[in-house]
Amino acid sequence: MSKTLAMTSETAQSDTTQTASWKDYFQLMKPRVMSLVVFTGLTGLLAARAPIHPVLGAIAVLCIAVGAGASGALNMWYDADIDQQMRRTRGRPVPAGKVKGEEAASLGVVLSILSVMFLGFAINWFAAALLAFTIVFYAVVYTMWLKRWTAQNIVIGGLAGALPPAIGWAAATGSAPLNAWLMVAIIFFWTPPHFWALSLYVTTDYAKAGVPMLPVVKGAKETRKQILLYSLVLIPICLTPVLTGLGGPIYLAVAALGGAVFLILAWRVFTSKAGDASDPRVADRALYDVTEDEKAAGSKAARNLFAFSILYLFAMFAALLGEAVSGVHALELLK
Amino acid sequence: MNQPVETQATKDAAQKARNGRNIALGLGLVAFVVMVFVVTLVRLGANVAHPHV
Repeated sequence: MSKTLAMTSETAQSDTTQTASWKDYFQLMKPRVMSLVVFTGLTGLLAARAPIHPVLGAIAVLCIAVGAGASGALNMWYDADIDQQMRRTRGRPVPAGKVKGEEAASLGVVLSILSVMFLGFAINWFAAALLAFTIVFYAVVYTMWLKRWTAQNIVIGGLAGALPPAIGWAAATGSAPLNAWLMVAIIFFWTPPHFWALSLYVTTDYAKAGVPMLPVVKGAKETRKQILLYSLVLIPICLTPVLTGLGGPIYLAVAALGGAVFLILAWRVFTSKAGDASDPRVADRALYDVTEDEKAAGSKAARNLFAFSILYLFAMFAALLGEAVSGVHALELLK
Repeated sequence: MNQPVETQATKDAAQKARNGRNIALGLGLVAFVVMVFVVTLVRLGANVAHPHV
């Protein structure tokens, strides 16, 4: 599926009859994604265990958050046509007609430039370059190209969401060593099982919008297999930080126990029929608001993995953050 | 012909939303100026304490 910029603009401009409040413009920046980016970026900044002035640290995290918000606004501008067709996204400011597409695009471009330049001038240009790469990768490579073209969209595009810890680390030290990229790798390999678990029970929406998510293109069975395979790669990567001097004993406990649960849930998805009986009645329901019949169709297994994946990532980064702040020594089992 | 009818209520709502946007933009600009000022102080302070020779 492809589309031109003109089409985007046309779609975005239609039905702009409501008056936007400042909250609508804030919604363009995807505040939930921004909060996750703040969390992982801050973890990267503090896990570097390098001295940085608190004000400069706060400015760095703010720039990362604003940069993420800017790419979110650009995504909402370009994807207005897709968002309009999916229940989960049709209430967003552009498809809902509250904000014009050009305004979303302008906000995205202005905030992108501001966040990158400010990070460069206030902190360092290596971190700024990483932030610029992240914004371009998400807004151009993922949104404009990968998302509409390949079923591997969220695998490759996941790099954009994975980079904030490396930006945080770079902000604190001016460099990005192996441990910074390990944090990136954790989020990168966590993304596919996380999103594919979700896509198994909202398949109908993606198909309707013409987005080639894996269940739409390759089917639910292949998706369940890929979820298991990526989970088998993810868990060893999550344990690697205790070998390289990044994670300590608390992190080891969280990553190992959580990893075991993650693998069990991924196996349950693999052996379930999640996605096979794609039921349009279920798609826009709250996470556990499904009947027994629908649970039998396997969506419960996918929902469990989706929910736990969020907890798992949060717990691992919270452990890294907690250890860095409280001064718990990292393990370095390779030495 | 299909233009939405603009009543006093919608005008008031539009004005209220515009005011809210202006206040948010103003606060954002003030915050930006304050941040530039504080960063300048911090960086200048660091350079005074540890001058590059």
